[in-house]
Amino acid sequence: MSTAPAPGQIVAGALAPHPPHLVYAENPPQNEPRAECGWEVLRWGYERLRADLQKKQIDVIIVHSPHWKTTQGTHVLALPQFQGLSVDPIFPHLFRYQYDLRVDVELAHAIVAEGRAAGLELQPMENPKFRVDYGSIISCHMTRPTWDLPIVAISSNRAHFDFGNEVGEQLQVRLGEATRRAVERTGRRALLLASNSLSHRHFTVEPALPEDMTHEHIYHHGQYLWDMRMINHLRAGRSRQALAEMPDFIDGAISECKDGSLTWLLSALGFPAYPAELYGYGTVIGTGNAIMGWDPARAEAR
Amino acid sequence: MTTSTARTPTGSVELALLLPRMPHPLLCPDGGPGVRRLADGYAAARAQLDALKPDLLVIYSVGWHSILGHLLQSDPRPTWTHVDEEFHALGAIDYSFPVDVPFTEVVIQRATARGLAARGVNYRGFPIDTGTLVAKQLLDPSSQLPVAIVSCNVYADRAETIILGKAVRDAILSSGKRVVVAAVSNLTQRLFPRPVPLTEDRVSSRQDDEWNQKLLEIFAEGRLEDVSQLARTFAAQARADARLKGVWWLAAAAGAHNGYRGEVLAYAPVQGAGCAVVSLRPDASAAAQLEFDEDDVDIFRGDRGVLAGGEARAPAAAPTRAPPTPAPAPASAAPAAAPPAAAAPPAAISAPPSVAPPTAAARSSTPISTSAAPAPVGAYPHARRVGDLLFLSGVGPRQPGTNQIPGGPVRDAEGRPLPYDVAAQTRAVIENVRRILEAAGSRLEDILDVTVFLIDMDRDFAAYNAVYNEVFASIGATRTTLAISALPTPIAVELKVLAAARGPA
Ligand SMILES: [Fe+2]
Repeated sequence: MSTAPAPGQIVAGALAPHPPHLVYAENPPQNEPRAECGWEVLRWGYERLRADLQKKQIDVIIVHSPHWKTTQGTHVLALPQFQGLSVDPIFPHLFRYQYDLRVDVELAHAIVAEGRAAGLELQPMENPKFRVDYGSIISCHMTRPTWDLPIVAISSNRAHFDFGNEVGEQLQVRLGEATRRAVERTGRRALLLASNSLSHRHFTVEPALPEDMTHEHIYHHGQYLWDMRMINHLRAGRSRQALAEMPDFIDGAISECKDGSLTWLLSALGFPAYPAELYGYGTVIGTGNAIMGWDPARAEAR
Repeated sequence: MTTSTARTPTGSVELALLLPRMPHPLLCPDGGPGVRRLADGYAAARAQLDALKPDLLVIYSVGWHSILGHLLQSDPRPTWTHVDEEFHALGAIDYSFPVDVPFTEVVIQRATARGLAARGVNYRGFPIDTGTLVAKQLLDPSSQLPVAIVSCNVYADRAETIILGKAVRDAILSSGKRVVVAAVSNLTQRLFPRPVPLTEDRVSSRQDDEWNQKLLEIFAEGRLEDVSQLARTFAAQARADARLKGVWWLAAAAGAHNGYRGEVLAYAPVQGAGCAVVSLRPDASAAAQLEFDEDDVDIFRGDRGVLAGGEARAPAAAPTRAPPTPAPAPASAAPAAAPPAAAAPPAAISAPPSVAPPTAAARSSTPISTSAAPAPVGAYPHARRVGDLLFLSGVGPRQPGTNQIPGGPVRDAEGRPLPYDVAAQTRAVIENVRRILEAAGSRLEDILDVTVFLIDMDRDFAAYNAVYNEVFASIGATRTTLAISALPTPIAVELKVLAAARGPA
């Protein structure tokens, strides 16, 4: 299948979680630590996601990352190029990655403008010494390791979650709508990535060999039940139901959805009523991770 | 960095500081009146530090998050350019400063000995958090003073954070150094959702502001340990920065007392957050009454069995069993030994509504805890019944409720030995054993086997044995007496007891 979508639309969306373990296990040249194996089920899931995305014509990747944490508004990378060394502060022994990426500055400013027009607080990030967060880098690497596309990285805005999960959700819904309008206005064919895990309670200890898979399992059965519930909603096209349950999911499964990435994505996609493709589910140091994709074209064809 | 041994034969905490973590006092000190006050407060703290000429500055910043236990900076000279993820428009912070790696390694050893997971990080470009850098640059702009930096574990609650502080204190006392300890944390952390002009800044919530001021009154009286004890209340009432964990750490690292001359050097808002510079100089004459409502913990026992799977993940009400022994791994990949105590998952995780929560496995044993016995210093019950047997956790002489030790503690807070009465301690231990047995429906006469731990066999055996004989001669339990190097609290004797259970299980 080779599709040439019309410009000015979101051509695909993906839930693309960012455990550094996945990059570590893959041993790409950019990453300094070396591994012998690990988390294959998730990595194969990413492989299938990449294969599906290869069939699409994509101009830009927009990634919403839980690991660029801001409180005063949503911030957007807005300089043409960033390069440097990304060292994961939590897992520095797994992820020390040399990145070199391009930014679609015009689209970045369009997102800022659309967000502001919707009454949201948005700020372009224009400090050339800024270090791009590892969540954005990992999700982009796993989805598009060739780095041949420019990206726009969006911070997770925590301020409204401080007042309650529902309040935070509302902000992310509006940000998703603003992002869609910016894509349409700039004529981009955009891939959107929500860079978050599902349930998110970690072990606080690690085996001596990080990739020793005998130790990999969900931290708590309740998390697993929650993850399956949310995945089933999304696979059945019940994304509005997923949104309705998101505040409880966040609390009940200590979900990384609290940073708003998945809500932003579902909103930008117009809360799909068509099924998401599940590419893989697996745990990483006790957290639950699903790789899922939404393809509006396939939905239309149905 | 040698110390002037004439003044202080062992290491000491010379000054404890609570410092704001916002970058503004460093990057835009004249941005507004509040930021100016904080910058001046930082300058006053720096003057106090300069006057002391310390050997070392130890920093715990709530902005350095870790998950795998605690991380400690082990790069002898971290060098990089840092840009804050939120306040990137204020500019960059260039840094290069010395880290006291040998001291850091001692902290790691002491933390590990106290049951924590801790390791050093020595990676080029490792991201150091804004708060740590702001504190370090403003207290020592010339980057001459060696620093040790400790992370803040996002899951750590009070016990783990206090034990981390104690591990740092262990290292300080054994280092012979004169040390300044600094917790980098705002008081309250509710930022305005949109930037406000710094000239119009205020603490974003009046409730936060009032609680901050109440806390600062107590700080000004030098009552650091009282503030630490108040942290949970504060966090329940105000939007505390990281639940005020920084104060838990600071109080424990500085010695868990109220004997300070306290000074609030500045209090001001930054974008709605409540920020203060507080200085606490140890001063025995200022010692205020101590009243411990919260347990004083020494060893961490939680959340370490999770990797082994199975039992460790059972819900809280399920039987606590040792995790299964893993199969032998290749030599290079041997997993670290986990303590047998199984960890209950945090209460916060729940099953989704329409799915029945996981049912517990059949109960084969019942934990027994009682307020009539001293509170455990770790994650264990007082006793556990299995069939017709009662297994008691190790019992010491601490008094339930007060933690006071009959016959006196064996050492003071600085680790200096004290005279103590082992006979009085032994009586108190046996009394505690009796209370636990009675809570489980048994009596002293039901004891089958006793293991006795003494910290000084030569000094204490005779006196302990006399008291033991008074009670146990008629019981006839088997007994083993061992000498060991230390017990987790400052006590001389502890009993491990196995008894017969009475009545239906
Ligand atoms: Fe994450």
